[in-house]
Amino acid sequence: MTAQLLTFYLFSGVILISSLMVISTKNPVHSVLFLILSFLNAAGLFVILHAEFLAMILIIVYVGAVAVLFLFVVMMLDFKTSINKDNILQYIPIGILIGVVFIAELIIVLINTKFDLSNIQVLPNPLSDFTGKSNTEAIGSVLYTDYILYFQLSGVILLVAMIGSIVLTLRERVGVKRQVVSEQLQRQGKIDLVDVKSGKGVDI
Amino acid sequence: MIELNQFLILSALLFAIGVIGIFLNRKNVIIILMSIEIILLSVNLNLIAFSYFLNDLTGQIFSLFVLTVAAAEAAIGLAILVIYNRNAGSIEIEKINALKG
Repeated sequence: MTAQLLTFYLFSGVILISSLMVISTKNPVHSVLFLILSFLNAAGLFVILHAEFLAMILIIVYVGAVAVLFLFVVMMLDFKTSINKDNILQYIPIGILIGVVFIAELIIVLINTKFDLSNIQVLPNPLSDFTGKSNTEAIGSVLYTDYILYFQLSGVILLVAMIGSIVLTLRERVGVKRQVVSEQLQRQGKIDLVDVKSGKGVDI
Repeated sequence: MIELNQFLILSALLFAIGVIGIFLNRKNVIIILMSIEIILLSVNLNLIAFSYFLNDLTGQIFSLFVLTVAAAEAAIGLAILVIYNRNAGSIEIEKINALKG
């Protein structure tokens, strides 16, 4: 068993166990922390697959931003975790049934199928030869040329998401004194300009 | 040497765990959002595995866009969750039945 295979089994085992803990723990904070563990190990798997750029993006964006956002919301909202057991047990049979059927179908297909990748015709584009370039350089040279439209569209999606979440969570509170800049600038007749002599001060 | 099927089986298991999490969870919506994140992670793993074994970079590019959309989805989902919790006082799934569906 090579070291690569051992690393693969280590990472995938931790991913599976921590994903199971995500959906099974009672405390949502623990769920978020297990989700972070799962993302970190997935980044390790990406490194095994020579996708170093995406591994780092996964750590920065997911662990650094999305999971922390989850953690922030979980800690900010005060969940009332008063769940009676009957409601949980009610949905276990259908969940197990669907899960077992799903897993069985996929595993049967995947075990019996041997993907012969040598016959697959990769799209005839200049993307496939990046020998000697780093992964980040290769992604950059493709992303900013051939996929520039999709890149900009994803920027638009992020902009829409940002504006949407700000508009959703913004609320006007009544009875709170705020600074109104236009009214401040329009004040007339209440401002005196005083020429202060040096060393004497001014009486207010 | 790792084969493609091992990655595909791992990805299938992760996907199934996410689907089971959506069905099983009746506590709060935030676990469901996390299950969706697990599902998207498994899809990314699939794309990157195929990208490696086919020696084609398109899978990684696609995975990058999936990451972008997932981040946007998480942000909007959490925003909706926050305002729902502010208006209704609870995000238990059993109590989210305003549409009587």
